[in-house]
Amino acid sequence: MVDFAKHEQVVIIYPHPDDESFGTSGTILNFRDAGVPVKYLCGTLGEMGRNMGTPFFANRETLPEIRKQELIDACNVLDMDLVMLGYRDKTLEFESKYEVAEDLKQRIEAADATLVITFYPPYAVHPDHNAMGAAAFEAVRQMDQDKRPEVWATAISNDREANLGEPDIVLDTESVFDRKLAAIKSHKSQAEGMLRKMQESSNFTGEYESALQRLRYETFYKVDVDQVDS
Amino acid sequence: MKAIDMENVQTLLDQFANEPVYIHLETTNGAYAKHFDSNAHNVGAYIRNAEITYERGTIVESDGTYRVGLKTNGWIYAEGITDYEMNENDQLLMAGHDGEGRLMVALEISRTPFKM
Ligand SMILES: [Zn+2]
Repeated sequence: MVDFAKHEQVVIIYPHPDDESFGTSGTILNFRDAGVPVKYLCGTLGEMGRNMGTPFFANRETLPEIRKQELIDACNVLDMDLVMLGYRDKTLEFESKYEVAEDLKQRIEAADATLVITFYPPYAVHPDHNAMGAAAFEAVRQMDQDKRPEVWATAISNDREANLGEPDIVLDTESVFDRKLAAIKSHKSQAEGMLRKMQESSNFTGEYESALQRLRYETFYKVDVDQVDS
Repeated sequence: MKAIDMENVQTLLDQFANEPVYIHLETTNGAYAKHFDSNAHNVGAYIRNAEITYERGTIVESDGTYRVGLKTNGWIYAEGITDYEMNENDQLLMAGHDGEGRLMVALEISRTPFKM
C-alpha cells in the first residue's frame, strides 16, 4: 500500500492536458485527500491534437484555448496547482533536452518536491510523452543526491512489461473514481470520443461502470534515474 | 466549421491570391496508430507560418473528395478536405475530419501569422 501522507509535495510532469486525468488522477486525488499538495507542470496545450470533440466543435485554431480551459477545469476537480510550461505540442522532442531539464529542475527545487511523477521513456508511446519524461529524469539527475525527490514513472507501451517487468505500484482508484471520471470529462474535446466508443461497445453497462472497468487501476514504476539510459 | 461549399470556398481562395500569406498545412494519422495496430505506420507532417504567395488557388471535387491546390513558384496541396470556416481573424480554415470528428488533414490561409 502507498502511504500518501508521507509525502510533502508532489510534482506531476506530463506534456498534454488530459495526461493527468486519464492516467494519474486517482493517485492525485489520494494525495490531495491525504492533505499533500500537488502541482502539475503541463508541458503544452495539446495544440496539435486530432480530437476536436465528437461531434467536433473545435478547430485547429480554437483548440489551444479550449484545451486550456478544460485543463483548468480538470485541475479544479483534482484540487491541484497548475503551471503551463508553454512548449508546443508535437515539438518537445526537438527541443534541447538539457534546456527543458534545467527549467524543470528549477521548478522541482522551488516546489521542494518529495515525489515527481512523469512518463517513462521510451515506454510512453507519444513522442511528447517520451521527451517530457526524459527531460524530467534528467532534471532529477542534475540535482544533488540528498535533495532528489522520489520518481514514479508511467509506462503505456505494449512492450512495457516485457522490458520493465511488473509495475512497482498498482493503485486501485475505485474509492475516488467518481471524481476521476469528472476530471476526465472536463477534457470534453478529448474524452467524448472514448465515451462514445464505450457506449457503443456490446458490453456497455453504464458510463461509470464501463469507465471504471477500463481506468480503475493506475500503475507506476519507481525509477532510480542513475540506473536508466533515457 | 461547416461542410464544403465549393463556390464559397473558391471565392475565399481567390481573395487571398497574389499577396503574401501565411500557411498552416498538416496531415496526421495520430501518434497512437502503431500502438493500437502493430501493422500501422505513424505518419504526419506539418508546417506552420510558412510565408508564401500563390497566383491561383483552386478547389476540386471528385467522387466526394475535395482537394485544394495553391500554385506558387512551386505547389501546395491538400486532399481530403471536408469542412471549412472563415474565422473571426479572417483566416480561411479548411480541414478534413473522419467519421469520429478527428482531424486528418488541414490547410489554413491567413494574412497575419498564426498564433504560436
Ligand atoms: Zn498525452
